[in-house]
Amino acid sequence: MSERLSVRKTYKLYIGGAFPRSESGRSYAVTGAKGEFLANASKASRKDVRDAVTAARKAFPGWSAATAYNRGQILYRIAEMLEGRRAQFVSEVAEADGVSGKKAGELVDAAVDRLVWYAGWSDKISSLRGSSNPVAGPYFNLSTPEPTGVVGIVAPPMGPLFGLVSVIAPVIVTGNTCVVIASERAPLPSITLAEVLATSDLPGGVVNILTGSAAEMAPWLAGHMDVNGIDLTGADAELAQRCEELAAENLKRVLRPNGKTDWTADPGTGRMTAFLETKTVWHPIGI
Amino acid sequence: MIFEYAPAPESREVVDIRPSYGLFINGEFVDGSGTPFKTVNPASEETLAEVAAATEADVDRAVQAARKAFGVWSALPGSERAKYLFRIARIIQERARELAVLESLDNGKPIKESRDVDLPLVAAHFFYYAGWADKLQYAGYGTTPLGVAGQVIPWNFPLLMLAWKIAPALACGNTVVLKPAETTPLTALLFAEICQQADLPPGVVNIVTGAGDTGAAVVGHPDVDKVAFTGSTEVGRLIAKSVAGTNKKVTLELGGKAANIVFDDAAIDQAVEGIVTGIFFNQGHVCCAGSRLLVQESVAEELLSSLKRRLSTLRLGDPLDKNTDIGAINSAAQLAKIRELSEAGEAEGADRWSPACPLPDKGFWFPPTVFTGVSQSHRIAREEIFGPVLSVLTFRTPAEAVEKANNTPYGLSAGVWTEKASRMLWMANRLRAGVVWSNTFNKFDPTSPFGGYKESGYGREGGRHGLEAYLKEIS
Repeated sequence: MSERLSVRKTYKLYIGGAFPRSESGRSYAVTGAKGEFLANASKASRKDVRDAVTAARKAFPGWSAATAYNRGQILYRIAEMLEGRRAQFVSEVAEADGVSGKKAGELVDAAVDRLVWYAGWSDKISSLRGSSNPVAGPYFNLSTPEPTGVVGIVAPPMGPLFGLVSVIAPVIVTGNTCVVIASERAPLPSITLAEVLATSDLPGGVVNILTGSAAEMAPWLAGHMDVNGIDLTGADAELAQRCEELAAENLKRVLRPNGKTDWTADPGTGRMTAFLETKTVWHPIGI
Repeated sequence: MIFEYAPAPESREVVDIRPSYGLFINGEFVDGSGTPFKTVNPASEETLAEVAAATEADVDRAVQAARKAFGVWSALPGSERAKYLFRIARIIQERARELAVLESLDNGKPIKESRDVDLPLVAAHFFYYAGWADKLQYAGYGTTPLGVAGQVIPWNFPLLMLAWKIAPALACGNTVVLKPAETTPLTALLFAEICQQADLPPGVVNIVTGAGDTGAAVVGHPDVDKVAFTGSTEVGRLIAKSVAGTNKKVTLELGGKAANIVFDDAAIDQAVEGIVTGIFFNQGHVCCAGSRLLVQESVAEELLSSLKRRLSTLRLGDPLDKNTDIGAINSAAQLAKIRELSEAGEAEGADRWSPACPLPDKGFWFPPTVFTGVSQSHRIAREEIFGPVLSVLTFRTPAEAVEKANNTPYGLSAGVWTEKASRMLWMANRLRAGVVWSNTFNKFDPTSPFGGYKESGYGREGGRHGLEAYLKEIS
């Protein structure tokens, strides 16, 4: 009796709720922490970036108009789905990062808990960031936060799951949609996360995940005129500067890398507020 | 029926303009190293004063003074900083008449606006942020100031933009180097005197005058921690690019092309007043001006005839006359830009209309102008004119109104006129703009956050939100 040959998974991209290969037909070999071959990941191209932005833009009106309660429920659902696939993520994270099963388990648990934490923010951030303004006149005047729009995210190279979840959740919980460039070094958990997202009632296009070269893709994303904001957390100093310069063309909101990689710390509200606008509405009071 | 009014000029005797002004660095007026420039009264083209131009070296001195003062200022208890700001607010009130006349002389805006809008808002802004100085721990943005703020402001509301920049910066414990616009430096320099009268510690406020290169030196100085700019989107882009890779915190308040949307159920007379306020207030030199009128097709004819009748009663002329509604265009360059875009409007096929409106012989003037038959592709529907020029488009459904209103790279403000509250809120939700005025327009208040979406910039000025720009993020 020979040992059964396993059926491997083809890792593709995640765009508009579907799993296409890169239009370029390119792929690259992904290796584990010990240098062993894990899989061939898709190497996304400029065209894939643009397709992903189109999908994110298309998803924005629906997602941003969803009730905060609904968005919170969906983020919680993502946490549920992630928990259900715990074993699979533990083994992927262990392979990618070369950490023990125990450590990988902690990282997966932390990712689940982070999603639950952000899920609860959906219907609270408005109370924190909004205000009723006592103007000197007979006017009703109210400020409320609104999502910025389509946000590009350069995910951290380290923390292929926990880091990834920690940058996606704060962007989408407030109603933004996003295009994420996954960790180039360890992209496989990001595509498995896409499988979780695809089965969590999250509308297609709210999160789009691309694997490949960050240095190649990030500038296309940063310079794209239909992207409203960019999170450069995963970019090195040189790439971050180049992307920030490109982002100036349409005055994108830029979240600069701050050198911190400790994802276990209290994340605060900064990752959410970086991609929120404040809208102030006036109306006269009278009879 | 046209009413004739006797002239009712405000006296300019109340203000004493010096023949020349230096830079205000470290609490005193000093000579600039650049070639001095003249600032003129745009209503008469007479030279008002000669003003020093700050070079890179002058800006460096100002930044050093601000850096040195930062240690002192940021270490003061918030309650003490508050008292300085309250003092400044009071002196502004005491000298309001003088400041209003000077503003109208240097800028060209009607005295009734500088007196009744600009100056009261300037004082109110200082009062408002004075009160925050010792309450920052309750605001939710931390309490740590950034350091030296480099601030560059435009010519349309010279003193008001100064207040929007300086009041929150100082309340949070920062010190500032501010560059007023080249064509309107005088009220900022009078404000420097007010800082002296208030005994503000030297170096807390520094005013450097000059043109674009002075502004670039302020923004680009390596020891500036915070950049705040109000002006064109074009310059905003350059600033955003120049700070890439630095730790400078930036807020930008840039251009706009606001839609003022009138539904068929709107109170037409109020809407007409709102349209007039929206685009002819301050000669249309307003970044949030309602420069695109979107009117529902069924009431377009009625509304336009009311609007034209109302525009025929506007009085254009001497900014110091208390009856003047429309003052002078701020500069020859701005007048040329307004003319160029208006000519493009005609050339592209829109219909141009202005009331009978004699223009003074001297100075820079442009009559209130309305373009009808405008389509979305016309330059006058896409580009910021920054003048008294209204482009009129029509729509049939609320969805079409939203589509057209949002069809612009800008997102600073919008107006909605309807008597139906649910429709107003439905519109307000969908308009991608930082300020939505419903059944009103061009209202400002220090407690109310102001700032744009998209290419109208980022950050908010005013209200609790305005503190965030001048405090270190908590993380």
